[in-house]
Amino acid sequence: MTTPVSLRRRASVGSRLAQGGFRTAMLVSLFLAIGTLVALLAQVTVNGWPRLNSQLFTAFPSSRPERAGAQSAIFGTIWVMGVVAFTCIPVGVSAAIYLEEYADRSRWYNRVIELNIQNLAAVPAIVYGILGLAFLVRGIPKLGPTVLAAGLTLSLLVLPVVIIASREAIRAVPSSLREGSLSLGATQWQTVSRQVVPAALPGIATGTILAMSRAIGEAAPLLLLGALTFVTFNPDGLDSPFTVMPVQIFNWISRPQDEFRVLAAAAIVVLLGLLLAMNAAAIWLRNHYRREW
Amino acid sequence: MTATELSPAQPRPPTAVALGLVTRRPRYGEKVIKGLLFLCATLSIATTVAIVLSLVGPTVEFFGEVGIGEFLTGTTWAPLFADPAFGVLPLVTATFVITGIALCLAVPTGLLIATYLQQYARPQARKLLKPTLELLAGIPSVVYGFFALTFVTPILQDLWFVGDPPGIFNAASAGLVMGVMIVPTIASLSEDAMAAVPKALSEGAYALGSNRMTVSTRVVMPAALSGIVAAIVLGVSRAVGETMIVLIAAGGTPNLSFNPAEAMQTMTAFIASAGIGDQPTGSTGYKTIFAVGSTLFLLTLAMNLISIRLVRRYRQVYS
Repeated sequence: MTTPVSLRRRASVGSRLAQGGFRTAMLVSLFLAIGTLVALLAQVTVNGWPRLNSQLFTAFPSSRPERAGAQSAIFGTIWVMGVVAFTCIPVGVSAAIYLEEYADRSRWYNRVIELNIQNLAAVPAIVYGILGLAFLVRGIPKLGPTVLAAGLTLSLLVLPVVIIASREAIRAVPSSLREGSLSLGATQWQTVSRQVVPAALPGIATGTILAMSRAIGEAAPLLLLGALTFVTFNPDGLDSPFTVMPVQIFNWISRPQDEFRVLAAAAIVVLLGLLLAMNAAAIWLRNHYRREW
Repeated sequence: MTATELSPAQPRPPTAVALGLVTRRPRYGEKVIKGLLFLCATLSIATTVAIVLSLVGPTVEFFGEVGIGEFLTGTTWAPLFADPAFGVLPLVTATFVITGIALCLAVPTGLLIATYLQQYARPQARKLLKPTLELLAGIPSVVYGFFALTFVTPILQDLWFVGDPPGIFNAASAGLVMGVMIVPTIASLSEDAMAAVPKALSEGAYALGSNRMTVSTRVVMPAALSGIVAAIVLGVSRAVGETMIVLIAAGGTPNLSFNPAEAMQTMTAFIASAGIGDQPTGSTGYKTIFAVGSTLFLLTLAMNLISIRLVRRYRQVYS
């Protein structure tokens, strides 16, 4: 969208200065954002370097920094994420299918569900922690501070993200595909399950991976569930006490000794490495399977 | 589904059933599946109801013990002391001071980045910059907290030029880092709003001889204003609800002050630190978590509803 040069009147000096200033301001903003990202990555890598070794993966938390590691936190994260994936993905994708393929938008309750999901997506994470504390940990199920309680809380937290992303993916499937299937005599569910969902799968997978990566980094709601305890063993079931990476990192940051800060930086590098891999997978999926309908 | 899309004036084409081509037999399986899918969708409503229920009970009990007047206007927050005081104002002002700092950084930066991506950047540059910004949005807040405490605070302590230099815990560092955290939110939503402005508007302005800066700031930005405001409101609600950065970098002392160099405790930081303390069910400490949580929930709910409404409005105008 450039103006043809021959038609352009020479701008006054003031106007050219303003334009130059505007351009500079934009580049400074970009530099600020990207510079922060680079500074952050460099800082944690440099700080954590001395402790980025196998001990981080093999040792358990300890009150003596030279002996401490994050194995129980790493396994805790794997367990909790397992619960999130098993509960959040089926429910989220089903809700998205209902809203896109079945819901009659002229019905008030369907509009309420939609507005409600938009709203839930912006509820602060810590409020989900309060919900988990009141209902899951101390309420009727009385789960206590366990893997299951944490997984369900985080699952509710990222459910709106999964629903919104899956809906977008399903909406992008052209209606000719549905009509073709229906005209061949398939029922609505056959159409949805054999045509629409497979066609939308790359988009759904991308959105789901991004939702999971949000859940992995979340610490605040788990603090309320009572995750900030000294856990020196790996979880062995859904009812097992646990700690996860972000909570362990917070624990180390809040210790006074500098050695724990180093350990926190090393654990951050591992966490960010995991998140980067997930993000890269999501971007690759999006680009590789993108189809123009 | 398709039937509702046909205009009422059009006669409906005869269905296959009416023509006797197929026999209609009830498909109970389909109904069961639809019911199950509907159930999954209503889980979101159940979540909201559960959030409200879990907040209301203890909050009502809390206000049975502490007057609403004292809660909203008291200037001292010391709920767990032997001589407790329940004025929520220090937590609220701290939340707004830190959010304010974050916005001073994030609004101009986010809008300039959005304008650059939308109006100036070449397609290749865009393709590289957008995922990079998404990466910034994907960094966990506990990592931002670490960065604020161990990188930004020492720099601020060196560069501070008015009054006493900030302590280890201070509002400025938490606010600035929180600002960087919400830049991608504001940038990407504003960019969407700017992209929804019809091309005809900017092309008209170019045809009248405007330069790119004039088009961006006087044509596209005003036309996208409601979307931009929605983006900012969503950014504010994220900043108000952010926990880990303020918990790590802003300190844990309730402090009614507007000085960004001082340590202060926000609403979210109080909830988190009270939660860490493992309050026994039914104790006053336990109930304060819910009272402050309700205040936070209502505050962010109001902002989210405003934002959703604004986004709807600009969508109706242009698409």
